[in-house]
Order: sequence, then structure tokens, then C-alpha cells
Amino acid sequence: MKTFGGPILFLDRSDINTDEIIPAKYLTEITKEDLKPYILEDLKLPGFDPKGEKTRNARVIVSRANFGCGSSREHAPWVFEVNGITAVIAESFARIFRQNMFNCGMAAIELPPADLDLIFTHANDDTVTMDIDIEAQALTVSGGGKQKTFPFEISPFDKALVLAGGWVDYADQKY
Amino acid sequence: MGKTTAEKIFDAHLVNEPFPGTKVLRLDAVLCHEITTPIAIDDLIRRGKDRVFDATKIKAVIDHVTPSKDTKTATQAKILRDWAHRHGIKDFFDIGANGVCHALFPERGFIRPGYTVIMGDSHTCTHGAFGAFAAGIGTTDLEVGILKGVCAFRQPKTIRFNVNGTLPKGVYAKDVILHIIGKIGVNGATDRVMEFHGPVIAAMTMASRMTLCNMAIEAGGTSGICQPDMTTVDYLWPFIQEEFASKEAAMADYSQWRADADAEYDQTIEIDVTSMEPTITFGYKPDQVKTVSEIAGTPVDQIYIGSCTNGRLEDLRIAAQILKGHKLAPNIRGILSPATPTVFRDATKEGLIDIFMEAGFCVTNPTCGACLGMSNGVLADGEVCASTTNRNFMGRMGKGGMVHLMSPATAAASAIEGVIADPRKYL
Repeated sequence: MKTFGGPILFLDRSDINTDEIIPAKYLTEITKEDLKPYILEDLKLPGFDPKGEKTRNARVIVSRANFGCGSSREHAPWVFEVNGITAVIAESFARIFRQNMFNCGMAAIELPPADLDLIFTHANDDTVTMDIDIEAQALTVSGGGKQKTFPFEISPFDKALVLAGGWVDYADQKY
Repeated sequence: MGKTTAEKIFDAHLVNEPFPGTKVLRLDAVLCHEITTPIAIDDLIRRGKDRVFDATKIKAVIDHVTPSKDTKTATQAKILRDWAHRHGIKDFFDIGANGVCHALFPERGFIRPGYTVIMGDSHTCTHGAFGAFAAGIGTTDLEVGILKGVCAFRQPKTIRFNVNGTLPKGVYAKDVILHIIGKIGVNGATDRVMEFHGPVIAAMTMASRMTLCNMAIEAGGTSGICQPDMTTVDYLWPFIQEEFASKEAAMADYSQWRADADAEYDQTIEIDVTSMEPTITFGYKPDQVKTVSEIAGTPVDQIYIGSCTNGRLEDLRIAAQILKGHKLAPNIRGILSPATPTVFRDATKEGLIDIFMEAGFCVTNPTCGACLGMSNGVLADGEVCASTTNRNFMGRMGKGGMVHLMSPATAAASAIEGVIADPRKYL
């Protein structure tokens, strides 16, 4: 099972799409590792640098609604994975992206807008971190000497995929 | 309580429900292309599981970058080609026979009412035009589909669209779906099936229904679905005539997949097309739509006619009808990519290709190429394309480029004027 948590990369916009996460011209790469330099290359947000330290150190992304919309490319979760980011927290996800995350044994977790607003108050704090406990279905944000825990929902199937490390081995055993 | 089309298909294909709300379905067709499949193949080999569940139910095509443009794309094509040969996948389409997957596979009769279809491509929702449940999935789901012939889904709810009225001159399926996406938003149908009903849909050709269903994903929809009817049967007849004694018998069988009158919907949305105008996107999201008249006069650099959305014969006919006797405006580039070799040949026989070339268009082989900025018409920074494709994300057709999505008619009118132009004056 993968580990979840660490420094947070805040992406404060809805509808961040798969072409922004990994442009199509890199879909000709054959290995996941080759995708690594191109993470979020086409995402334009004030103060965001895809090659910056915050991106490099991040282990979790926090964003808004409809994260991962657009293409079915699993290259989007993979480019996060090879950069050490194993969880995305958002108000909602596009269906294919969300399932791709869980199929790879990673986590796409939905929180209500009010909880996200609270987490986004830390957006300018470089020391803020998040711990995610999949079993307990709760995540804890630590920053500015304070801690706050947020419960979350995850379907039993998605939880099983995270615990199994992905869908291929699970399916080959069961079907 | 009655059922929607998707509910009927789910019930008929259910393998099991490993957890509440998660349904594992048996698959009728697993479609593959050279961008998302090679990594699945590579992973299966690495796991010692280089097998396929049923070579007759797997269809594969090289379509995104073809002919290959460099070593990497040649390698992707080779991995897919070698795999298809190794496993005896007969329905494999290579150079000379290849075309855009969501135009080619239906044209070959591979999609039938009631089918479950997956592909590692978001526009797989196109195939719901046949009354199938067809969903785009990622490489891991594809890998399991290839290996085991199953896929897990949360059962989607269904939004019913009643499309009423009469399509006015110059308004087509593309305008209708852009209008709908503008109305419900880019996540208005997330985890939902978009089921299309009404006289406007009933009067549509299969090509138009495919255009409609193709863009369900742009509203977040899992699949677009049209009701199978005699139009569906007529389209499929060359492929099913040995299976059924008559078209009526085929219709009787396919009727089982039509939604029940008392089916329960998450939402029902009424659309009246009678006063609809040619519609276009103006921003970087498919739900940012306006009428063409609102942004007419906006300069463009390139016209692109093609793709799984609008690269079929009827699309070329509409564009050619407008272009006939005209030239591309000065300093405007025009690219036509017929979606399949059959479309290309039929368009040649009908004299359509001549009209495009006479107007100054470059005609390319069938490929996805420019739609996603991979080849055959990538934009430069700051350039604008009037395009019949399906996605207008920033940089989609090339870094720094902008895309306006529109019907083939609007693209053709814009080609003549060199700016976004209303097609109605040419009809």
C-alpha cells in the first residue's frame, strides 16, 4: 500500500483538466518515469510554477470542483505518482480521473466546499502538511501550530483498491 | 418500476456486485488504440499475464499519430501491432485501413444495441448512439478489460433529454450538443448517463447521433445514449442480416434496450431546438458557448474539419455544400481529415474532396492528429483554430493555441470569410 500525506500543493481553481496536468504531446512516452518533468506543464495559475519547489516537494494536491476533467489518460495520475503525489483532495472529480487514481492504488478524496475553504486558508503557508488515514477515513491538516481533522467518505470498493495496491491484481484473482 | 437503457444493460451484463454500489460488468467490446494500450500491454507482459480474454471481442486501431511521426510513435504503433498479431486479433486496423476509432469501429458494425463497450479514450461515449453503454476508461481498466473481459462501474444515474421542435436551417447535432453542454456545464452530467429522446433525435442519422453522444464526456457524462430504432437497424443491416430474418425482427430484438416509459430519471431536461442558432465555444471550456452571431467576425488562423465528432461523410457534405465555388480567405489555412478510409473514398467519389482542394484545403489521411495537438495541424502560440473537434482546452491543439468548437457548416463559412462566420447565409 502506498503512503499518503506530506506537503500540500494548492491549486485554487475548478475544472483543472487532464491536458493541463499532462499535455497530449507527451503521451508518446512509453514509461511512467519519462513523464516526470512535464507535471502540470500547461496549468496557468497566479503564483503557480510547475517547475517550482512547491510542486517538487508536494505529496498531496488540494483543489476545487471537477478535478481531472477531459481525457481518459491515466498519464495524469501517473505523472503525479512519479512526482511523489499520491492523493488529490477536491470538491469533486471527473469520473475517469477518479477511478484511474484508485485503480493505481492512489486516492482521490472529496471534501465539502466548507472544509476545503478551511484548508485553503493555509495556501500561503509553506510548512502546512496533511496526513491521510485511508482506514480511518480521516485526514489531518497541520500548520501554524494547529491541527484540524476532516472525515471523508470513500466507497468500500475504492478502499479495497487502495489496500490491494490497484485493480489489476485484484481483478485477476476474482474474475 | 421501469428501467432506463443503461439500467437494462447493467442488469443484463452484471457479473457481480463486490461492494454495494460497485457493479462488475461483462464486456461485449474492448476497443484499443496506440496511445493508451501499449502501456497496458507492457504492464501485462511485466506481470506475466500477456493474455486476452477473447480475441474476437477486442478491436484495435492505430489512429492518434499515423503514419508514425518519430521513433516514439513508431514504437507505440509497433507494440500494438505486434500484440494484435501475437494474439490473433483479426479486427486490427493499420496504415491503409486505419481511421479515427470512434468513426471506424461503428462503420465496421462492431457496436450493437445493448452492448457494453470500453476504450482507453474519453470519447468512447460516442458509441452510445447505437443504444449501447459505452464508457471511456483509463489504462488500468483497459488492462483488466483485455485480460478478463470485465469492468467495474458505479451504476450511473440517468439524465433524460427530451429534444423537441424542428432543427432550423444551419443548425445541426453539433450545435445541439454544444447548447446542452452550455446549459448543464462541464460537470453537469458527471457520473450520469445522458439519454437522448424526442423527435429531433428520432429524425437524426446515425452520424448525427454519434456527434451528439461524442460530446457527452464534455459535460462529464459517462455515456451518451440514443434509443435504438429503425435508423439504427438500417445502419447495421449489412452486418446483421444473417442474424435476423428481417429488419422488423432486428427491431423487435433491439427494442428490449429501449428505456421503459415509466423509467425513473435523475433529471429530465426539455430542449426546444426550433429557435436554436448555430452555436460555438468562445473560451477554454466546452461549456463556454455563444451563438455564432454573437462572436461573428472573430479572426482565425486555421480551419480544421475532421475528428470523431465531425469527420464523417455527412459532415463533409455539409461543409462542401457551403465551400463549393469559394476559396479559403487570404492567409487562412484549411485542413480536412476525413475520419476513415471509407469516408475518404466516398467523399472522393462524390466530388467532395475536389471541392475542398479547389477551395485551398490540405486533405490529410484519417487520423486524430491535430485535434489533440499531436500531429497534422498543431497550432503556434497565439493562433486560433475554427474546429469541428470536441475539446477547446487551453493549448489542446498546440501550446498557446486557442480552439473554437463548431459545426462543419460554421467551420466552412468561417473558412470563406477568414473570421468566425454564420453559415446560414450560404445555405
